[in-house]
Amino acid sequence: MDLPGLVLAESFLLETKADAAWLKADKLRNRMKRRWNSFVWAGFGIALLAILSYFLVFYRYPATRDVPWVTYLLFVPAVALLVVGVRRAFEQPEQYRGKISGPILSTISISLIGLFCYMVLVLTKELPAASAALHAGQQAPDFTLADASGKPVALADILKKNRAAVLVFYRGYW
Amino acid sequence: MQDFHSRGVEVVAISVDSCEDSKKLCQSRGYTFPFLSDPKADVIRRFGVLHPRAGMNDQDIARPAEFLVDATGTIRWVNLTDDIRVRARPENVLTAIDAVMPVAASNR
Repeated sequence: MDLPGLVLAESFLLETKADAAWLKADKLRNRMKRRWNSFVWAGFGIALLAILSYFLVFYRYPATRDVPWVTYLLFVPAVALLVVGVRRAFEQPEQYRGKISGPILSTISISLIGLFCYMVLVLTKELPAASAALHAGQQAPDFTLADASGKPVALADILKKNRAAVLVFYRGYW
Repeated sequence: MQDFHSRGVEVVAISVDSCEDSKKLCQSRGYTFPFLSDPKADVIRRFGVLHPRAGMNDQDIARPAEFLVDATGTIRWVNLTDDIRVRARPENVLTAIDAVMPVAASNR
């Protein structure tokens, strides 16, 4: 091969190499350009917030504890955002990211929502039959128990001093 | 609380918690009515409100329940919840007290 020929071949080789590198960078640039799928993350965040807020805030107030309507209400936008987010991740993958994070975050969110509903609708209702308890008209058995300072307190003594007593049985903090 | 005391009604809380635990609870929440400790759940059992093995470490505990007992020791009103998250509210208990043993009738 003569010298000009060699130079030509060399420059051709270099050119293709540069082309390949440019193409790679372009692909990368494209991927970077794909937008962050904010809906998926917002949906996940709201689902998490809904459950945490029940235990940290709404559990304290009977109006939002007995029927956790605020929590249920927050589940609606959470699920809606997740659905829209995952759909656009799969339907417009060139525009939006979230093909992996979307399904993962959705699964976690749905599991948490399911667990919460199971707890509220099933778990806390598992109680022994109410018929076992003493009922109105029956005589209350007298008892003596220690109060918080260790002093014995008898029901009979309380009833002597008062018109009536409300006995509040509670589960305790163990 | 004043609403109960003005009706001549004392409120008594009962659980399997130890005296120390009840003391901490009373101090942190500012409760002034008696908190009684029934660690072996004897009284809880006698009132029929035992929830077997529902506590930590399979401990027998009380299910949430409220009993209104009059001066003769007769139970006048009972409230049993079917969900441990749903408890009687003070105003419900006051309404019940006024309904089954109105102040005017018993004072005279």
